[in-house]
Amino acid sequence: MFANFDFDVIRRSLSYLLIDGMGFTLLLTGLATLLAGILGTILAVIRLSPVPVLPRLIIGYVEFVRSLPLVLLIFWFYFLVPYIGQWLTGAERPIAVGAFSSALITFTLVEAVYFSEIMRAGIQSISRGQLAAARAVGLGYMQSMRYVVLPQAFRNMVPLLLTQTIVLFQDTSLVYVVSITDFLGAAGKVAQRDGRLVEMYLFAAVVYFIMCFAASMLVRHLQRRNEFAR
Amino acid sequence: MSVPPMIDITLVNKFYGNFQVLTDCTTKVRKGEVVVVCGPSGSGKSTLIKCVNALEPFQSGRIIVDGVDLSDPKVDLNRLRARVGMVFQHFELFPHLRITENLCLAQEKVLGRSHEEAMAKTLSLLERVGLKDHAEKRPGQLSGGQQQRVAIARALAMDPVAMLFDEPTSALDPEMIKEVLDVMIELAQDGMTMMVVTHEMGFARKVADRVIFMDKGEIVEDVPKDDFFGKPHSDRAQAFLSKILTH
Repeated sequence: MFANFDFDVIRRSLSYLLIDGMGFTLLLTGLATLLAGILGTILAVIRLSPVPVLPRLIIGYVEFVRSLPLVLLIFWFYFLVPYIGQWLTGAERPIAVGAFSSALITFTLVEAVYFSEIMRAGIQSISRGQLAAARAVGLGYMQSMRYVVLPQAFRNMVPLLLTQTIVLFQDTSLVYVVSITDFLGAAGKVAQRDGRLVEMYLFAAVVYFIMCFAASMLVRHLQRRNEFAR
Repeated sequence: MSVPPMIDITLVNKFYGNFQVLTDCTTKVRKGEVVVVCGPSGSGKSTLIKCVNALEPFQSGRIIVDGVDLSDPKVDLNRLRARVGMVFQHFELFPHLRITENLCLAQEKVLGRSHEEAMAKTLSLLERVGLKDHAEKRPGQLSGGQQQRVAIARALAMDPVAMLFDEPTSALDPEMIKEVLDVMIELAQDGMTMMVVTHEMGFARKVADRVIFMDKGEIVEDVPKDDFFGKPHSDRAQAFLSKILTH
């Protein structure tokens, strides 16, 4: 059945697919993971802290983001941010926000929600005695979190955080709704141009599968190592 | 003229919701004194010493530690906690840090000592508790008794004015209890002010100045140790002693 297929199209467009396409996908995934990791950890710490009001606001935010389809959030964010920027800065015209910045901010804000839930579970997995011991030697609440609780929570949660990152890696393909070319978008363009849809989408599937499967194997390995370490 | 006590507890009451854990607790611990706190489980003894370094809040009453009133809103509780050492039942060493890092962390972050200064203090304390050879290990690689000695050293690294022990040997296998008690006995003989929640009556006999017996959140008895072991006044203390000393 492969007789009519032209797999040479992959070879011909390989550098475009991998460098422009996959390069972008990895950049977006990496940056969004980093920023969302930081933001998510901050959200988790505030949510579990004894301060008033803020934890409730965070719960509201978490529920809001989780209740809307990701595509819709990317789409709306892209069209709304220029106007929000205009309102915030008092400019006369909507602020120009590049498609990349818009996508990065959206993924960061959305992933931060998932990361914050993972970090919350991680923090709660550390016994209260650890916090008491940290406070007992005179460390403040934030210092205790930073030096004692979070490093242990993060370590315990690395497998889950990585699993979430794999999901994000796949979800970045949704940037097509704001006309950004990621790996899947690049494959789509080549497919349309050369009329080789089956070949290109098959190739894209294989690449996604290999990368995600390899990452899952890594997660399992880390999980097993964590079990021994405890 | 008398010297003010190191720890001065006056009419402390504490509730968890409607349940009263501490009722009108009053006692004083002089500088250099060793006080053993005992009593049946759930009698509030751990809660009482946790109140002393403000790990647990209390609703009414007053606790003054080395002249610092805990209920004064202007008091920096972190500073106070740094000056009162605490040793926990389950050690609570920081498992992700090496032994030396466990001892250095608060010295550097709270007391602002340089790393060299903190390290020098750390090594001399580890030598004192007989664990210098284990300095670069992680807590998980040590036995329970060794971990508890590290925990004592971690508290001592802050140069505390008093030490609180919350059942320091209850989670240990019998053969490891002695090594921890030996460190505590040495500390007591060096003149450290100590409040020790424990059921180790041998320790109480050897180094305690006074014994406090608690039951149902109240201090039932607060007497010199010879009086306590000789002729406890209350029926409750007598019943408790006969239970833990008969086997």
